[in-house]
Amino acid sequence: MGDTIVEKESKTATALDVPWNVVVHNDPVNLMTYVTMVFQRVFGYSKERAQKHMMEVHQLGRSIVWTGVREPAESYIEQLHAYLLLATLEKAE
Amino acid sequence: MTVEVTRSADGLRLARLDLFFMELLRQIPVSADPADSEAARERIYPLATANDAKANKDWKEYVHPELKEFFTTASEVVKEDLETFEQLDETHENWAFDIPADHFDQWLNVLNQARLALAARFEFKEDEMGRHGPEAIETVRDLSLFQVHFYGFLQECLLQDLAG
Repeated sequence: MGDTIVEKESKTATALDVPWNVVVHNDPVNLMTYVTMVFQRVFGYSKERAQKHMMEVHQLGRSIVWTGVREPAESYIEQLHAYLLLATLEKAE
Repeated sequence: MTVEVTRSADGLRLARLDLFFMELLRQIPVSADPADSEAARERIYPLATANDAKANKDWKEYVHPELKEFFTTASEVVKEDLETFEQLDETHENWAFDIPADHFDQWLNVLNQARLALAARFEFKEDEMGRHGPEAIETVRDLSLFQVHFYGFLQECLLQDLAG
């Protein structure tokens, strides 16, 4: 009985702990300088790192801007949505 | 058509505004409101995941109201600033207007809401966004594209200031 409970908890913990990607998608409206500023503000990235992600979004259509556990990932998505960037949460492969 | 932009420690001053540009500025909060367009609403309030229905339902229930409050507060700040046009002479072609430095974030946000909502309403394509604006303003769509580019110009001015 006790083992079953432990296993259930373990499965739940595993599901929650799967790394999650914060993905930003391209849109033709947001200015490149604006997107760079948002990455610097939200993630504290250097200008160079923020520009690298911005260029990935622009050229490849998307960029994984952060990977980690779900709760902070959701918080980052909310902040990016407040800045009106198209961002989604994805399970990391 | 000319708009003069000058910077100071207190903020950004737009001058030589004629009635056309004043009206474009007054339209910022109006254009930013996505209430009349499902496409605009979907763009201003995106979902959190591509295919997790439960997560998206929770996002709509808990996060979208917070975002709406945040956007509404920013819009109220911009609306109040837009009450402060100064007429510099009698010609109706020389109005001035100040954006206070401590309101730059709200202005950036509402300008972005307006640009995104207009682009969603009129389905502007990437090549239209990449040009400097419409060649002529003959339709509501042309005017809206001009608005998107003018608001983008204002965003660039604000961003230059924020970058120091």
